[in-house]
Amino acid sequence: MFSKHHILEKNSLLLVIATVIVVSIGGIVEVLPLFYLENTIEKVEGVRPYTPLEQAGRNIYVREGCYNCHSQMVRPFRDEVERYGHYSLAAESMYDRPFQWGSKRTGPDLARVGARYSDEWHVTHMIDPRSVVPESIMPGYPFLATTNLNARLISDQLATQAIYGVPYTEEMIANAEQDLKVQAGDPDSDEAEELVARYPGALVRDFDGNPNRLTEMDALVAYLQVLGRMVDFSSFKAEGENLR
Amino acid sequence: MSNDMTASGGGLTDWVVGVVFGLGALLCTYIASQAVDPVMAFHASLIAIFLLAWIFFLIRSDKSPQSGYNDAIIKYSLIASIFWGIVGFLVGVVIASQLAWPALNLDLPWTNFGRLRPLHTSAVIFAFGGNVLLLTSFYVVQRTSGARLAGRIAPWFVFTGYNLFIVLAATGYVLGVTQGKEYAEPEWHVDLWLTIVWVMYLLVFLATLWKRKEPHIYVANWFYLAFIVTVAVLHLGNNATIPVSIFGVKSYVAWAGVQDAMIQWWYGHNAVGFFLTAGFLGIMYYFVPKRADRPVYSYRLSIIHFWALVFMYIWAGPHHLHYTALPDWAQTLGMTFSIMLWMPSWGGMINGLMTLSGAWDKLRTDPVLRIMVASIAFYGMSTFEGPMMSIKAVNSLSHYTDWTIGHVHSGALGWVGMVSFGAIYFLAPKVWGRRELYSLKLVKWHFWLATIGIVIYASAMWVSGIMEGLMWRSYDELGFLQYSFAESVDAKHPYNVIRVLGGVIYLAGALVMAYNVWRTARGDEAAEADSTAAAAQA
Repeated sequence: MFSKHHILEKNSLLLVIATVIVVSIGGIVEVLPLFYLENTIEKVEGVRPYTPLEQAGRNIYVREGCYNCHSQMVRPFRDEVERYGHYSLAAESMYDRPFQWGSKRTGPDLARVGARYSDEWHVTHMIDPRSVVPESIMPGYPFLATTNLNARLISDQLATQAIYGVPYTEEMIANAEQDLKVQAGDPDSDEAEELVARYPGALVRDFDGNPNRLTEMDALVAYLQVLGRMVDFSSFKAEGENLR
Repeated sequence: MSNDMTASGGGLTDWVVGVVFGLGALLCTYIASQAVDPVMAFHASLIAIFLLAWIFFLIRSDKSPQSGYNDAIIKYSLIASIFWGIVGFLVGVVIASQLAWPALNLDLPWTNFGRLRPLHTSAVIFAFGGNVLLLTSFYVVQRTSGARLAGRIAPWFVFTGYNLFIVLAATGYVLGVTQGKEYAEPEWHVDLWLTIVWVMYLLVFLATLWKRKEPHIYVANWFYLAFIVTVAVLHLGNNATIPVSIFGVKSYVAWAGVQDAMIQWWYGHNAVGFFLTAGFLGIMYYFVPKRADRPVYSYRLSIIHFWALVFMYIWAGPHHLHYTALPDWAQTLGMTFSIMLWMPSWGGMINGLMTLSGAWDKLRTDPVLRIMVASIAFYGMSTFEGPMMSIKAVNSLSHYTDWTIGHVHSGALGWVGMVSFGAIYFLAPKVWGRRELYSLKLVKWHFWLATIGIVIYASAMWVSGIMEGLMWRSYDELGFLQYSFAESVDAKHPYNVIRVLGGVIYLAGALVMAYNVWRTARGDEAAEADSTAAAAQA
């Protein structure tokens, strides 16, 4: 066996090819089935693609590297379920590009932070975390409240994801710029009604407490408030009645 | 730059390369002019300037034939390694301080922890570690092949292009450009640039092997090859993205949710396995036998070590996703292979340590060898701790806590850092043509500073990690959660401060090394009692 190894030791290309084959096996066995085994992501009622404003907020979450300290994955343990809520389902992150499950909890898990705190709490907390949580070591993000949200390319953002099969319709893509602005405005407007028809359950209101401006804070809070709220766990049954 | 950049047979090659670079510069200038965001304009301009500077060097450089080894590139990559090491350790100290004293985040976008942490990880892994791997692989492949590094221009393009990649990635993070995937934060355009550089790296390495005088490829080169090839596969798989606009930095990755998680940690764990392990094992397999002046302990063990390691490492990724929404079967596979991985890891450790058979006395006299051996000991320790933490029951406590951070640093500071320092100390006198280092006494100082720094760092993180893990799952006598999350954050403060101290000590060691190498380069020699004895043996 060891003498046969000379063949590989004397031919660099054979060595490279053999290495590629050997390293490929594990990846193929572990990764490929996830794309065709149907029970990998069980379809759950309520999960929808993000609204333009939520997606813009999510992009800010990614940009600021929130995943370095906050997970979005509640594990099925008694203490985690009591602390954070129902354990996370695969379907809840099926439209997350990139996934933000995280690997570290320097701060608490955020998978179900939506509707736990008021918008005002979030804004205050972002501007000065220690004013509401004295023990917090989170950086302050006061600049989010004073930076206008850049709405350019928002329809392209949705269109790019649609290439991968995210169910953004042509109507959603065409109205992305309008929806982005409408969601942080008057909830009783006709446009808001259209938005909610396109994205069931979307929250429409001025998130950052400053109705005159559409800021990055509006987007980030809109995203935080939808986290973990798409699936209705009061009617969710893990055994399959929830299946679409 | 040196004469080596171009050499014999200049003519046609130079013209082709010049035209390609010129067209590249033109394309980048066009992208910069049409850019939809300022960072793309900045990055495209940087690449254009880089390519134009290259054309300038091509015209100016000496075209006479070159012989002997290409040691100029060794010298430059050695300097780059030390520079990036210090930058990476320094940023580490800064972000550790931010966790102890959050006011240091300064409430600014460019200085918050979320942006600086990727800067730290990329600076130590890809900038420091990457330059050490370029440095040592270029040295080892030349020496073990008895041939000059292939290509006149290509090796220099790899070295400068790789360092440009680091600048692009680092400036991107600070300016808020990230894919949001750990250890794969650079956006699509930076990934594309790295792909070009990496393909050239593989070609330079292979082409040098093809010129070898010895029929067998030396074992260190198997590890370097596996590192280069596998990192390429991982990089392409994990970074499959579509940009929103080719004139902008933002892209969306092809994978979502659970699949993205699996592919990310298939990548992420094997960045550890192939970048930080296989590549640095290449260092161990060349520099330890060289410094100890003994052959590798067992040839057969090398073969088993190599194939078992490259086969098993790839499976271990899912242990980063225990108890998540990843299907159970994948988690269990990941755990099983992680535990099995203990064996090849320790096989390699034994092969490295036993190489000192008959030369153990040198540990007393040669501090450079001592640093190398300590690195192998740390390798053994963290490759035991890793499999242990991959057991689901242990992981349920350790995951999401500082314990993981402690584990990573005992491996990164202890194994990767110290084996790199050993190689740098080995190479510095050689590339500057000196008899020995300026001071072996300073190497001893570095050894102790590094060791003490690691021990302080890792034990602080063990304590704080296990403490917070236990606090999160602790119940009071009435059956309620005993601690709020904020209380666990508060309890960690002393350990966060101790960690800063450990990091500062480790950084001080690296500064001692930089000083020592600088004096060595100048040709100074400190008057030391034991330096001649060690030098005579080395």
